[in-house]
Amino acid sequence: MRLFTYERAKTPAEAARAVAGQPGAKFLAGGTNLIDLMKLEIETPTHLVDVQDLKLDRIEQTGEGGLKIGALVSNTALASDARVRRDYGVLARAIVAGASGQLRNKATTAGNLLQRTRCPYFYDTNMPCNKRKPGSGCAAIAGYSRQLAVIGASDQCIATHPGDMAVALRVLDATVETVNAAGEPRAIPIADFHRLPGATPHIDTNLAPGELITAVTLPRPLGGRHVYEKVRDRASYAFALVSVAAVIQWDGTGRVAFGGVAHKPWRIEAAEAAMPQGAAAVTTSLFADAKPTHDNAFKVPLATRTLAAVIAEGNAA
Amino acid sequence: MKFDTPAGANPTDRMQVLGKPLDRYEARLKTTGTATYAYEYKDVAPNAAYGYILGAAIAKGRITAIDTTLTEAAPGVIGVVTYRNAGKPGVGKFYVQKMLAAPEVDHYHQPVAVVVAETFEQARAASALIRVDYARTDGRYDLAAQKGSAPVPPQGEFGGPNEKRVGDFEPAFAAAAVKVDETYTVPDQAHAMMEPHATIAKWDGERVTCWTSIQQMNWGTRDLGLILGIPKANVRLISPFIGGGFGGKGTVQMDLALAAISARVVGRPVKIALQRPIMFNTTIHRPKTIQRVMLGAGRDGRLTAIGHESWSGNLPGGRTEPTVASTRTFYAGPNRLTRMRLATLDLAEGNAMRAPGEAPGLMALEIAMDELAEKLGMDPVQLRVVNDTQVDPEDPSKPFSTRPFIQCLREGAEQFGWDRRNAKPGQVREGRWLIGMGMAGAIRAGKIAKSGARARLDGKGIITIEADMTDIGTGSYTVVQQTAAEMMGVAPDSIVVKLGDSTFPETPGSGGQQGAPSVTAGVYAACVKLREAVAQRLGFNSAEVDFSDGRVKSGNRSVPLADAAKGGDLLVEDVMEFDKLKDQFQQQTFGAHFAEVAVDAYTGVVRVRRALAVCAAGRILNAKTARSQVIGGITMGIGAALMEEMAIDQRFGFFVNHDLAGYEVPVHADVPHLDAFFIDEVDPTISPVKAKGVGELGLTGVAPAIANAIYNATGVRVREYPITLDKHLEGLPAIA
Amino acid sequence: MEEGEYEISRRSVLVSSAVTATLAAAGVSEAQPLPKALAPADHKVSFVVNGKGQAFSLDPRITLLDALREHLHLTGTKKGCDHGQCGACTVIVNGERINSCLSLALQHEGDEVTTIEGLGTPEKLHPMQAAFVKHDGYQCGYCTPGQICSAVAVLDEIKRGVPSHVQAELTRAPTPTNAELRERMSGNICRCGAYSNIAEAMADVAEARV
Repeated sequence: MRLFTYERAKTPAEAARAVAGQPGAKFLAGGTNLIDLMKLEIETPTHLVDVQDLKLDRIEQTGEGGLKIGALVSNTALASDARVRRDYGVLARAIVAGASGQLRNKATTAGNLLQRTRCPYFYDTNMPCNKRKPGSGCAAIAGYSRQLAVIGASDQCIATHPGDMAVALRVLDATVETVNAAGEPRAIPIADFHRLPGATPHIDTNLAPGELITAVTLPRPLGGRHVYEKVRDRASYAFALVSVAAVIQWDGTGRVAFGGVAHKPWRIEAAEAAMPQGAAAVTTSLFADAKPTHDNAFKVPLATRTLAAVIAEGNAA
Repeated sequence: MKFDTPAGANPTDRMQVLGKPLDRYEARLKTTGTATYAYEYKDVAPNAAYGYILGAAIAKGRITAIDTTLTEAAPGVIGVVTYRNAGKPGVGKFYVQKMLAAPEVDHYHQPVAVVVAETFEQARAASALIRVDYARTDGRYDLAAQKGSAPVPPQGEFGGPNEKRVGDFEPAFAAAAVKVDETYTVPDQAHAMMEPHATIAKWDGERVTCWTSIQQMNWGTRDLGLILGIPKANVRLISPFIGGGFGGKGTVQMDLALAAISARVVGRPVKIALQRPIMFNTTIHRPKTIQRVMLGAGRDGRLTAIGHESWSGNLPGGRTEPTVASTRTFYAGPNRLTRMRLATLDLAEGNAMRAPGEAPGLMALEIAMDELAEKLGMDPVQLRVVNDTQVDPEDPSKPFSTRPFIQCLREGAEQFGWDRRNAKPGQVREGRWLIGMGMAGAIRAGKIAKSGARARLDGKGIITIEADMTDIGTGSYTVVQQTAAEMMGVAPDSIVVKLGDSTFPETPGSGGQQGAPSVTAGVYAACVKLREAVAQRLGFNSAEVDFSDGRVKSGNRSVPLADAAKGGDLLVEDVMEFDKLKDQFQQQTFGAHFAEVAVDAYTGVVRVRRALAVCAAGRILNAKTARSQVIGGITMGIGAALMEEMAIDQRFGFFVNHDLAGYEVPVHADVPHLDAFFIDEVDPTISPVKAKGVGELGLTGVAPAIANAIYNATGVRVREYPITLDKHLEGLPAIA
Repeated sequence: MEEGEYEISRRSVLVSSAVTATLAAAGVSEAQPLPKALAPADHKVSFVVNGKGQAFSLDPRITLLDALREHLHLTGTKKGCDHGQCGACTVIVNGERINSCLSLALQHEGDEVTTIEGLGTPEKLHPMQAAFVKHDGYQCGYCTPGQICSAVAVLDEIKRGVPSHVQAELTRAPTPTNAELRERMSGNICRCGAYSNIAEAMADVAEARV
């Protein structure tokens, strides 16, 4: 871990200014991912702006009947909130499917969105990795890629977004609220928040440098049945091979997004029209462009089968 | 004391303290965070500097240049140790790995440098400033690719001959009415003990003292002496608490060697803990094996031909993974062929991990037995019953000392409810879950070795036992306490146990599940001597003296034990030595494992719902800690069956998933309530204490029992561990 | 080494391992001297550990874990992986369990930290510690302090209604069933395999509380 300087900001705008004004500066919230990466010198910030005092830790009702989740609301607090459990079950379910109790107590809503890939080649600084070191190559594509992306990847990067929460937020059509150094707010639809790797896999999101997430807003509740199904080798404390976030209405229509398959939560709204026809009808179009590797080809049928399980459980209920 | 005839009645038979489920001797220390592990001593070397290891960035080749200029100028740096200033580190006797790339690089993350600094943070940061240039050369990383050219190596120190024939295997197999001929693979596995290898090393002139985490003190002093080029007598190792080992801390690893070397270079005590992300490629692991099992049987299920051929790979000079060991002794059958081949691979060293040989060997053999049972239309338990043998199948003149294997099978089947199993696979479904039951037999050598102990009685009646035995979580402290209490007829709290110091009498330490039987035999010998000394001091005729209730009694005379030390402490030391019984008897431990799994019919996810073991290991010294050993083995077996694999990148030549997020071991959610039971037996041929080890037995046979249960659930046979969902997904029921 | 040299070497590594090539670390950036201006200007932070106020002047890189172990010599909290992958470093901060390895000490100004040493002592065990002893919920003991801190916090989380992955109904209050305890404890790895016993120790304590 390189040396850095440290400050605690008092307001969101002050924090954004502190980061925007200093090359190499980064926000520090829960730290559960950033500190891990700093120890390995995958992240090498020269200055940390600790945002824990920004009072962004509340969940409030919005005028539109939705919820505004402060950026610093912990994963545990968010999953525990009575309104979230009642009206946004897919979100609560996704959160508690991720990480461990200890990590969820510390991890924040904004930090969860910004967590970086768990690709093992990204984590090993001896290996080429375009995400960690642009232009160095991708060791994963022809390497050990069992965990990695099957769709939306590029010849530069096949990393996945490792999180669960964002997959649920994608199904809920959440909005990410930000502020920049000039104090200007911005609202980014979750669909536009994470990027596909393309030729710039080192850029995970569409946030501008120094732009600070202040909240995540959920629209009015959708009703329906909320499911988050996570498939992994061990029963807990593991990243998804494939996950499905779904909100299914009683008439069989619904929304679905997949985790563990792409550089961002994978959802194609047009494919959802086929929900009443069953899982294969949906995934055939959702994964039409899939380009799996030898190691992760199983993810495509697994995605279909997992969605089938989700639909079948609903029919049984 | 020499043990050369089977034990008769002796004080350990009283079983007033021995066998009882005593809480662990060190319970209150471990549960309050006051047990001190290697890295945690503060007063022994208050000025210890911090060492941080830089691992090699390539798998095979040479260092062409190292530039440490920036590192040496970095804040807090005291020194940088590389092959240029480390002296010429030797190699120990058990591991072939070299502690430093010098300048040849033998495997990925082989240590290239140690940065020593005032603080951990400074050492870590400065290690990233080292510039290393490498010349990379071709390496061999793929066992399957090397398989064709791998020779049968000469016999090594362990594991027996690499090829052995009994009868005439080939024609017998060809003629067999029912045959199985399948190939199984067990991947590279990591010990992944929770405490990283760690050492504080401090020199005093020519002598070095290391507070470390090591399972075998005698090998440790020997090997560190060889590595440092100093006499073994100048090495002292101290390891009273060890945060898990499973074979991975058998003898000197990089932390210990490099802490000692670094401390010598910088002239100051140095502490090093291996960083978790380098442990997987730096130190030893259980090497991958490819195993072909050929079983031929008559329609009655009796085996007529047993063949087991196995391939493993290692660094040049490294050991063969002795997978066929169990096949040689487990089942009857007149025609037998076992053969092991060894390829050269440029991966980290393959070496002992919990039940080396038997654990991976049975992962193959016991699936093959399940396949044979199915072909025969015979119950898998019954197949094992009909193939039981009470004599060594390779040498019928050698009986098993005890072999209640059939009892393990029958008791296990009954406890588990095996009769409820549907023999036809893929038939039982509960909602989205396919349910299956499986079983496997277990066998693991019941080893024992020369072991010493020292006993001191003081005027308060307290008996202090010292031995260089270690406790890696196995319960050594407690069984030593119980043995001494039983022998001396005192309450357990009159016993003080001191272990884990190489200056104490030599034992074989923790390895090969021989620790508990060996050390308790040494304690027995010391206690016999102490009893004689007590009797003599008190003026008793030692032949007729009874030690119980803290008193020494003979005829009408009864004296408090403590009185014997009134005139000064009584101090004795003895060594238990073993010879010919080992050769006269086949000494093994046995078990039967049963498991029930649920497989998600949609996703293929496997969850173990129940598991149970019945084990036979001679006298059980502590019912609680022995049970914990076995359920711990079952837990590790769940990992081996379902998730554990170090994945190799064949281009770069390294284990890719080299941390505890990538290398998955079971978590709480994977492990249901587990049961373990023991057959009530003693083995008088092993030692006067009549006990064998259980720690490795608990693991052997678990993974194949689970594999067989998965097959019973799904009807899809997977022969490549771990059995992850992708390997049977295609064979699962079609989805609507 | 120049950037370009590395590129060649990397390609040669990827394309053909037969080529003798030089390979440097492919890290984010090449090695560079540490700026003098950033030499460990000791940062001040104070927090309460096991009821006792502690003031530190620290290198900003020091984690809460290393502050406890290397500075306060409270070595009951263990370093198993240093990367949030094992749970051996679990401590309770302001009533919630966290991985102390993934937290800078500086982040904890004013916090209340409880470690294994603060729960009980060999002379006076916490009920959870006593239950671990009774049920043999440990073997090597290295993960044990983290398991016990987590176990204590887990029972509290269940009481507070924090949901879990295995809860059938999110809107119902959770109860300390075996499945709940195991799921919630899954951030604490025990390689010796004491899980079955740990769940039983926790169940004992949970029952005694009701």
